[in-house]
Amino acid sequence: MQFTDAKLLPDASSCSLDSERTLYPYVTGTSVVAFKYRDGILMAADMGGSYGSTLRYKTVERIKPIGQHSLLGASGEISDFQEILRYLDELILYDNMWDDGNSLGPKEVHNYLTRVMYNRRNKFNPLWNSLVLGGVKNGQKYLGMVSMIGVNFEDNHVATGFGNHLARPILRDEWNENLSFEDGVKLLEKCMRVLLYRDRSAVNKLQIAKITEEGATIFPPYSLKTFWGFEAYKNPTIGAEGSW
Amino acid sequence: MTKQQANWSPYDNNGGSCVAIAGRDYCVVAADTRMSTGYSILTRDYSKISKLADKAVLASSGFQADIKALQKHLAARHLIYQHQHNKQMSCPAMAQLLSNTLYYKRFFPYYAFNVLGGLDNEGKGCVFTYDAVGSYERVGYSAQGSGSTLIMPFLDNQLKSPSPLLLPAQDAVTPLSELEAVDLVKTVFVSATERDIYTGDKVEIVILNAEGERREFMDLRKD
Repeated sequence: MQFTDAKLLPDASSCSLDSERTLYPYVTGTSVVAFKYRDGILMAADMGGSYGSTLRYKTVERIKPIGQHSLLGASGEISDFQEILRYLDELILYDNMWDDGNSLGPKEVHNYLTRVMYNRRNKFNPLWNSLVLGGVKNGQKYLGMVSMIGVNFEDNHVATGFGNHLARPILRDEWNENLSFEDGVKLLEKCMRVLLYRDRSAVNKLQIAKITEEGATIFPPYSLKTFWGFEAYKNPTIGAEGSW
Repeated sequence: MTKQQANWSPYDNNGGSCVAIAGRDYCVVAADTRMSTGYSILTRDYSKISKLADKAVLASSGFQADIKALQKHLAARHLIYQHQHNKQMSCPAMAQLLSNTLYYKRFFPYYAFNVLGGLDNEGKGCVFTYDAVGSYERVGYSAQGSGSTLIMPFLDNQLKSPSPLLLPAQDAVTPLSELEAVDLVKTVFVSATERDIYTGDKVEIVILNAEGERREFMDLRKD
């Protein structure tokens, strides 16, 4: 039954069984925010892995170093991110095996990822991620983004998902080329705090990562201070007895 | 149980407008540099213009991933052409190649709206305008993309191209000078930026003439 169906279908999917194609994501990560600063790239993402509306995993590392020169941050389906890491592992391995002193820089990795995402979209079986690729090579800073259908661009600051709506405006206003590390972290925390307040799938446990010419550093996770002591939140039933 | 429908679309519209105007011995190709998705701006500094050959410049708007793939494909084909023929592709040749490439994906199209501009074999300006599946014609000027409906009528009014049905055939290229044409392009983008939310930030203008290539940028409203 399945086989005859497959023969009749036009080649919208190259897999014979529909159950082999991605239809929707299951375990997802929320926004990634990144920007260039004086010495390289700063990137932040929280450590949550949501299973629909349940906060299932709270120690998901959504930023990983790639080779010597890049950092990859991902939002969207976590298992697809893990598969992308496997692809990149192989890519970096083969690059190292040439042993010719060359190493793949962030531009090259970004281009590779764009091609992978676009080709999967062409086969109607996308990797359900929005990827942020940042790095420094030979003094040149690079920061780019790829979406699940292959839309890609580079800019001085990028953000995925809700970050695009909430963090980008802050960055457009306050980012400048010569941010020191401390100022950069403050700006990142400002963005992540807004996301924490306003994004339902954000968790208060984030990791900041930086990459410079010297290499990548992913800092240990920590939490942001939040303030909930507004008058309007105190004694919420005061205006309507019996309500919650 | 009914078959599951995909809840994602393989297409997106990343917006933007492209314009090209052909002159007696020059061609102007311009596009804004804004890249959007939905109601958000992704970046204010993305070039939609690609130089395919010495005398052929392509401006495309629509779905960025398809446009990138299309431009890469054409650049690769041009390289092969150069290896096989030991010369650059002419603009009319590139025009035919683009049409064929687009039609090849007739049943899963490149969501790209293109204008190809350049100089023909006689050094006269030429502009080719396309739809998403490769239907094309040579014209004196054209606009494509999100602002095309705003821009095209204005160009029709200012450039008053003679009807292609007239006999003897009259030149479609504009008698305007190069500087006047560039000025017209700037005016056109400023106007389109006012009313089209997907057009703005900056306009990139490429001018091709006998001397070679020139590039100009102009700031547009960022709202």
